[in-house]
Amino acid sequence: MLEIKNLHANINGKEILKGLDLVVRPGEIHAIMGPNGAGKSTLASVLTGNQAFEVTHGDITFYGKNLLELSPEDRSREGIFLSFQYPVEIPGVSMVNFLRAALNEHRKYKNLEPLSATDFLRVMREKKTLVEMDNKLANRAVNEGFSGGEKKRNEIFQMAMLEPRLAILDETDSGLDIDALRIVANGVNKLKSPDNASIVITHYQRLLDYIIPDFVHVLYDGRIVKSGGKELALELEERGYDWIKKEVEETV
Amino acid sequence: MKNNEISTLNAAPTVRQETLEQQYIDLYKEQRESIKKHSSAVMNTSRDESFARFEALGFPTSALENYKYTDLRETLSVDYGLNINRISVPINPYEVFKCDVPGIHSYLYFVVNDAFYPVNDPVHNKLPEGVIIGSVKDVAASHPELLRDYFGKLSTAKNDGLVAFNGAFAQDGFFMYVPKNVVMDRPVQLVNIMRSDVDTMANSHNLIVIEEGSKAQLLVCDHTVDEVRFLSNRVTEVFVGENATYEHYKLENVHTKTTNLSTLLIDQRKSSNVLANVITLHNGITRNTIEIDLDGEGCDTLLCGMVIADKKQEVDNFTSIIHNKPNCNSRELFKYVLDDMSKGGFTGKLLVAKDAQKTAAFQTNRNILLSKTAKMRTKPQLEIWADDVKCSHGATIGSLDESAKFYMQSRGISEKEARLLLMFAFTNDVIENIRIPALQDRMKLLVEKRLRGELSKCEGCVICQ
Ligand SMILES: Nc1ncnc2c1ncn2[C@@H]1O[C@H](COP(=O)(O)OP(=O)(O)O)[C@@H](O)[C@H]1O
Ligand SMILES: [Mg+2]
Repeated sequence: MLEIKNLHANINGKEILKGLDLVVRPGEIHAIMGPNGAGKSTLASVLTGNQAFEVTHGDITFYGKNLLELSPEDRSREGIFLSFQYPVEIPGVSMVNFLRAALNEHRKYKNLEPLSATDFLRVMREKKTLVEMDNKLANRAVNEGFSGGEKKRNEIFQMAMLEPRLAILDETDSGLDIDALRIVANGVNKLKSPDNASIVITHYQRLLDYIIPDFVHVLYDGRIVKSGGKELALELEERGYDWIKKEVEETV
Repeated sequence: MKNNEISTLNAAPTVRQETLEQQYIDLYKEQRESIKKHSSAVMNTSRDESFARFEALGFPTSALENYKYTDLRETLSVDYGLNINRISVPINPYEVFKCDVPGIHSYLYFVVNDAFYPVNDPVHNKLPEGVIIGSVKDVAASHPELLRDYFGKLSTAKNDGLVAFNGAFAQDGFFMYVPKNVVMDRPVQLVNIMRSDVDTMANSHNLIVIEEGSKAQLLVCDHTVDEVRFLSNRVTEVFVGENATYEHYKLENVHTKTTNLSTLLIDQRKSSNVLANVITLHNGITRNTIEIDLDGEGCDTLLCGMVIADKKQEVDNFTSIIHNKPNCNSRELFKYVLDDMSKGGFTGKLLVAKDAQKTAAFQTNRNILLSKTAKMRTKPQLEIWADDVKCSHGATIGSLDESAKFYMQSRGISEKEARLLLMFAFTNDVIENIRIPALQDRMKLLVEKRLRGELSKCEGCVICQ
């Protein structure tokens, strides 16, 4: 579904992604690990069309469509979803209005009628239960005054509402206690199907105990320098990243 | 300046027009008797005094500290007609404006240009006992004592050129009296309509008296009918008695050739509660002066405002809250959304007198500029003489939050819709401070329409469609 070829991207003139390749097929779960500052969030931003990042080389296709030509909103409507590392607070915009607007734009894109108020509320209720989201949160403004954990849970709730084909979870596990981690992972697993895929960006192997990846990639200095199965995550957990850095330097 | 019946006077020698003021000074001197003849004794008492003050002060210019953000030179050079001889304007507002904010059920009144239109609202007969609503002129005849005690008490001594001008030329206005311990069961609505085939100026002077323990809500709608230039200069005095509650809503939705100059003077007595909410949805040039004096202990005041402006629209809100007595709370909240070449001004003057201990006063002004050419100028002006007070103020000027916009887009919401949601959210807390539910709902709709660009022109009273 997703093919990234030789991707280079800048921010403020500084090159962050330096020739990144990745292929994701339906049904797969990919974990991307790597030290701080490697470019993991940058990859997520480029995939979702954040204008702050400039793509200088390479291609990204999503189901054969040139992703780089699509607006952020169309990427979302095509089925790409990012759970933000740092979800944004939007004072004054209620969760209900926000989600209804989002859901109906998705439906319009698919030539479907907007959901009636009752149907919308029913869907919201179902998905809330799925991620064990507090009723109170759903009645507030988007992320306003939410704790770190509540914000992350809200990301998964939104994901459940929008049912993406490709979900990118950027450090959704950081700042979560074990309980919250279990809920988030549970939500992700329940949404899993043979037709959709996930990219799980994480620092720790902890989350991967709950969400079992098919592939683990190491992103270092703007490139994927090593790929393997889920055992690679355990190895990284044990040995850290220094040996990878060394390996990379040796091959250079 | 034209007096309808003496418009040939315009051919007067041009030397007399060397200043913007001169033509009005001449007009006053020539027409003094006609002006008085068509007005009431109470309004005439201080007329000459006001005129003398105007002669001395002239029109305010941006050289004055209090008028820094208002530029009236261009609009005052227009040759407006004044209807000194009170020729009636051919319009029946009760037929033209079927106002029904769904569920508002107001007591409805009209001022056409500067004249109070005869009451023709069936609901009027159901006014609570003792409540008097009508024209200053009629009430001056029927209840002279009411006017004697209040009329001009807040305005006459003001050192303000526009108020002085109003004192010289205003001949009538809207009057509302709510006696002691009467709770008004419905809001009162006053629609100011500007209707004329030639450029026209209207001066009116309103008086509102809410006695001890009473409750009233007034919604003032400003509205223009014809595509000529209009200038209105209105002064409103409000007396809010002990333990009384008064809400004042002003909704401006007029065409771009309109200049609206409005002075709202409110005097609050002990433990009274006032909400003033001033909303400009569409306009030309607007200057609102709002002064609230807290003259008793335990008063509560909430002063809100919102401006949505684009093209070359200008809005200056000059506000002043004076804490004269201890234990009063005041909050102020103004929000502006400015696009294109529009200009906004805000002054938040707060004075806490030496005796006004335990004052709590908070002021916020937030502004969003949607274009590089829009301009906002904001000035908090705090003068605090008491030592045991809680006061704060904050002003920000910014653009829409890009990260919030991107976040919404990443959920599939179009950029346009995301901007709209953000702007709507930005103005929302001002709308939330409307305590008439039907009006609040209506305002949400109107603001959304306005932000979508679907309310660029005022056709019929928008609030009433
Ligand atoms: N807005 C920005 N401006 C400048 N540099 C940035 C910005 N965002 C990220 N970077 C830089 O890009 C690099 C990669 O960051 P990021 O993609 O967030 O890393 P990761 O998510 O892997 O920790 C870092 O060196 C970071 O400092
Ligand atoms: Mg990151």
